[in-house]
Amino acid sequence: MLRYISRRLLSILLSLFLIITATFFLMRAAPGGPFSGEKKLPPEIEKNLNEYYGLDRPWYNQYFDYLVSIAKWDFGPSFKYKGQTVNDLINDGFPVSFFLGMESLLLAVSLGILLGVIAALNHNKWQDYGAMIFAVLGISVPSFIMASLLQYVLAIKLGLFPVARWESLQHTVLPALALAATPMAFIARLTRSSMLEVLSNDYIRTAKAKGLSKGQITVKHAIRNALLPVVTYLGPLSAAVLTGSFVIEKIFGIPGLGSQFVLSISNRDYTTIMGVTVFYSILLLFSVLLVDIAYGLIDPRIKLAGGKKGE
Amino acid sequence: MEKLLEVKDLQVSFQTYGGEVQAVRGVSFHLNKGETLAIVGESGSGKSVTSQTIMRLIPTPPGKIKSGQIIFNGEDLAKKTDKEMEAIRGKDIGMIFQDPMTSLNPTMKVGHQIMEVLIKHLKMDKAAAKERAIELLRLVGIPMPEKRVNQYPHEFSGGMRQRAMIAVALASNPKLLIADEPTTALDVTIQAQILELMKDLQKKMGTSIIFITHDLGVVANVADRVAVMYAGKIVEMGTVDEIFYDPRHPYTWGLLASMPSLDSDDKAELAAIPGTPPDLTNPPKGDAFAPRNPYAMKIDFELEPPMFKISDTHYAATWLLHPDAPKVEPPEAVKKRLRQLSSNYPQPVIVKESE
Repeated sequence: MLRYISRRLLSILLSLFLIITATFFLMRAAPGGPFSGEKKLPPEIEKNLNEYYGLDRPWYNQYFDYLVSIAKWDFGPSFKYKGQTVNDLINDGFPVSFFLGMESLLLAVSLGILLGVIAALNHNKWQDYGAMIFAVLGISVPSFIMASLLQYVLAIKLGLFPVARWESLQHTVLPALALAATPMAFIARLTRSSMLEVLSNDYIRTAKAKGLSKGQITVKHAIRNALLPVVTYLGPLSAAVLTGSFVIEKIFGIPGLGSQFVLSISNRDYTTIMGVTVFYSILLLFSVLLVDIAYGLIDPRIKLAGGKKGE
Repeated sequence: MEKLLEVKDLQVSFQTYGGEVQAVRGVSFHLNKGETLAIVGESGSGKSVTSQTIMRLIPTPPGKIKSGQIIFNGEDLAKKTDKEMEAIRGKDIGMIFQDPMTSLNPTMKVGHQIMEVLIKHLKMDKAAAKERAIELLRLVGIPMPEKRVNQYPHEFSGGMRQRAMIAVALASNPKLLIADEPTTALDVTIQAQILELMKDLQKKMGTSIIFITHDLGVVANVADRVAVMYAGKIVEMGTVDEIFYDPRHPYTWGLLASMPSLDSDDKAELAAIPGTPPDLTNPPKGDAFAPRNPYAMKIDFELEPPMFKISDTHYAATWLLHPDAPKVEPPEAVKKRLRQLSSNYPQPVIVKESE
């Protein structure tokens, strides 16, 4: 197990290196730069700025310096927000996105699995159709429409929650719901199909032949076996949800990381693009690692092999 | 002999897109205490559906018990609700399935899967159940049960998994054990071991067994009585001796002739029954076996044969037993087996189906 994890950590490092390199060069290849705007800057000022941020030096110097500073967890100063480093941006934005993301993950997973199980247990009955219509809506309605709908109905018409801003727990409910809708619908569909498959297995018939009730069979025998595909989906999903959603953060006026991600690209804010990308990649790679470890815990047949085979 | 189970005129069908499949078309038999009844027949003959109907494991819909009674211990199982059946399944009736590789839950420890039965039906606490599970594993011949009880099914071999399944099925000491092709998925040496184990446990626990199989060799080994099923009906039923040494139905002849025996000449070809079983969405008029039956007479295509009683225990449904039928010779391979059984009536007697 330890051996497996250390091997995986090494491969994570390698992936990170490749991601950093690819992003670095792709970013430079895009036309424009951090200081090109509507108004042309006087050449002297632009020269000074480039000198200040080290952009005048050869690309390989910039590249290696950047690698070194990332290794020290220093993402450098933001080009757009004077006096702030990228580390500051992440430190400010991530906790907000993380909180919101966690809330919607919990919602999506618990409601999604519940809906999926109910649908599978009542296969081809009204509960099944109801849950799946709900799921199709959740997948096909884009989050910005979902968000505006929730704002309109729950906040403006019914006055249950505040419309926007990020102040109290009450303020988090609507954005969390809007963010959770699509993954929840997806998880519901995944759970349903995988439950249906599990329920047709021989060992479910064995469980029935033992005299176990429907509830006992579902909880003890079916759900655990049906959860693997959901767990697979959970890795990339959690990385995406936890780093925040640009759309949701914009609509609800939330100071999260998601908007930084998108804005940094249109701003050509090189250091922020790099910093946020690296941060997102780290989250993604680690959540995938966690998923793989979770596999082994859910299904004992999956062995996390170390170096040698058959270990 | 006391009857443990009596199935009367059981009819089960399945609603499919292609129409109603009449899988079981009026099956009647009984099972005495401590006895082993083998139900044989080819795929699709309704033997598994019959056994799963007794357990009420047929999914409804699409399945449906159209008529008939399943009297077990004086109660009609056909009329029980699903909730009431939960108290009977696993407690009074245990069941073993064909494929031990898929019949155990892969993500649950083997011991736990046995303990479930003990906790549910015998109201044991966890510690007692675990101890009993270890005893049961030892009883079914699994070495080092203390260690095995904490392992997962994938750490067991196929034969050991079937042993574990037997432990599950016998955990609450059921009165009836239904074994649905328990040895079909195992290799021959393991088959013999499992059969020995089942016979041994039956002696120890006094369980009655319904043994579903298509392997006549297995039947000869384990059964007291045999019911031969074809196209959803029992075509012949009798004691093991009666079926093997004095078979009367042409289908039974076909089955016996297609079985290799030690003294058969290895140059001679094994006989096969030509054709395929009929489509049960639209069962044929008359005798369902007639199109494949070299001995079929005109009446076989017109009218279903009644049950004839050859002895107190021996029944067969074929017009060949009618006094007006011509005398026919069974195939060579069967003729070699025939013996004169003293219990036979002087003349086969027609009985009404639902006696």
